[in-house]
Amino acid sequence: MGALSLGRLAYLALVVAIFAFVIAPLLMIVWVSFFAEKILSFPPTGYTLSWYARASEMADFANGFLMSVKVGLCATLASLALGVPAALAIERFPFPGRETIRQTLLSPMYVPAIVAGAAVYIYFIELEILTNFQLAATFTGLVIAHTLVALPWTLRLVCASLVSANTISEEAARSLGANALQTFFYVTLPIIRPGMIAAAMFSFIASFSDLEKSLFLVGPGKTTLPIAILNYLEWSLDPTIAAVATVQIFIIGAALIVSDRFVKLGKVF
Amino acid sequence: MAGVTLSNIRKTYGTLAAVDDVSIEILDGELLALLGPSGCGKTTTLRMIAGFVAPTAGTVRFGGRDVTRVPVHKRNVGMVFQGYALFPHLTVAKNVEFGLKVRGWDKAKIAARVTEMLHWVQMEALAERSPRALSGGQQQRVALARAMAHEPEVLLLDEPFSALDAKLRGQMRTEIRELQRQAGITSVFVTHDQEEAMAIADRIGVMNHGRLEQLGSAEDLYKRPVSRFVAGFIGKCNFIEGHVTGPGRFETANGQALQFSGEHSIGPAALCFRPEHGVLTPLATPGNSLPVTVKAVTYLGPVTEYDLVSEAGNRLLVSASSSGEGAPKEGDKLSVAWSIGDAFVVD
Repeated sequence: MGALSLGRLAYLALVVAIFAFVIAPLLMIVWVSFFAEKILSFPPTGYTLSWYARASEMADFANGFLMSVKVGLCATLASLALGVPAALAIERFPFPGRETIRQTLLSPMYVPAIVAGAAVYIYFIELEILTNFQLAATFTGLVIAHTLVALPWTLRLVCASLVSANTISEEAARSLGANALQTFFYVTLPIIRPGMIAAAMFSFIASFSDLEKSLFLVGPGKTTLPIAILNYLEWSLDPTIAAVATVQIFIIGAALIVSDRFVKLGKVF
Repeated sequence: MAGVTLSNIRKTYGTLAAVDDVSIEILDGELLALLGPSGCGKTTTLRMIAGFVAPTAGTVRFGGRDVTRVPVHKRNVGMVFQGYALFPHLTVAKNVEFGLKVRGWDKAKIAARVTEMLHWVQMEALAERSPRALSGGQQQRVALARAMAHEPEVLLLDEPFSALDAKLRGQMRTEIRELQRQAGITSVFVTHDQEEAMAIADRIGVMNHGRLEQLGSAEDLYKRPVSRFVAGFIGKCNFIEGHVTGPGRFETANGQALQFSGEHSIGPAALCFRPEHGVLTPLATPGNSLPVTVKAVTYLGPVTEYDLVSEAGNRLLVSASSSGEGAPKEGDKLSVAWSIGDAFVVD
């Protein structure tokens, strides 16, 4: 009993330590956002909410926030429209090359985002030279790039929910007289709906927090929030940025909590 | 209602034959069990009847109708799956109604049929429950009601009792058998449990390595197995290696002459008898006994099992009613005898 509780204690201590390691920087940012000084100094002489007020007044942040939300929503919808049929094909129809397709669709996750961003930019430019059709520095171009960011998440989460909702329910539906469409809409879709909601949340988060892929692709006046933050950081370092980041952290945190209600995230990874 | 006829059906995956030239005539209203070890092809056969697997060769007929190329959802079968496969997002009543809804029955007819089916399996009180909130036995009843609601021609059951604990299994077995008889529906069920098959099936098809080894009543299979596999799979069996030397005559590997009933061609074979047909006796009789040494005695309550070894090294098993006085003990040198009518020969 003694050995057991000692082991358990060590385990708990390790969990707490890892948790602290991950969470400390975030807490630090939240804390700094309330510091009274303009130049960061430690310990703070007082606390204020004025950085939040200032951040909300700055057009770059407000516009960046709106832009990020718009791009995020479009990319999420696009990644669902592509990812759900892809996941169904990969998990439900054994055809040669499906592993290759799966890995290709997941690959934006493995390629360094800055490299992928540059590649997408070059591709857009080449395309423009060939066809005169402009994608670089447009909203559409940005949505395409963000769809690439979001797609691996959608594919992974929807595949996971298709695997756990094994084919037996679908077979049961077919044995009861349902055709392929009825089976999909009455059985498969309701069963994977939680996975799709989680996929949407994750896609949105991935898009909302993306910096590197967007760097080359944003146009003047069409900046996303992470890029607005970066631009601001180039010239100043005051708690405004911490206030903006805090808002971002809470939005993402809320999205994660909502996702977890639909799909136990621990089961997906 | 209709019978099901399988004619020379085969299913090959690459070079492997999962089901190899199986022909079975399942009679109208009959409950047939497909019995065999895992990988014997019984589930593939069931799935070919259902339409989930297309046969490589051969035909499947329901009554006179050739359904070999008819897709699952147009075959009009009812199926109870291993683990039941109830739709987790639908209530009990909605599960039962599913097959009627997709078939476009009208609302009033659906409601009446669902009530009737739930009454049939005594689940009316739990109609609005989620399947998750049901016990294994209840889930099975719902699965049966769902499978039978659309009045299928054939009922298929894939290992229907494997998810239940031993006690409930016995009870559900009787219950399902009862319900199947009431409905009078042609049924096929797949199991690896010989006791289960013997308990509820009208006839049993024993499968091994994709082939149908023998088809018959439980009694046929037990008393007159046609192969060593069937003899060993249905009940326990003693095998004495040797060869057939003439009509009803057998010689063991070490040259002892024995006799058997039935027919067998001359050549290498095994003489068999069931453990309960063996008797331990101090007297050796020619033609139907072997000298043995008692290796172990296992007391099982009403019966006691004796592990024996013959002079030729054959391991034999005899079971006898437990008797207190004078029962054989470990190390005793005795003879095991059987009546010639109980001895048969397999390849």
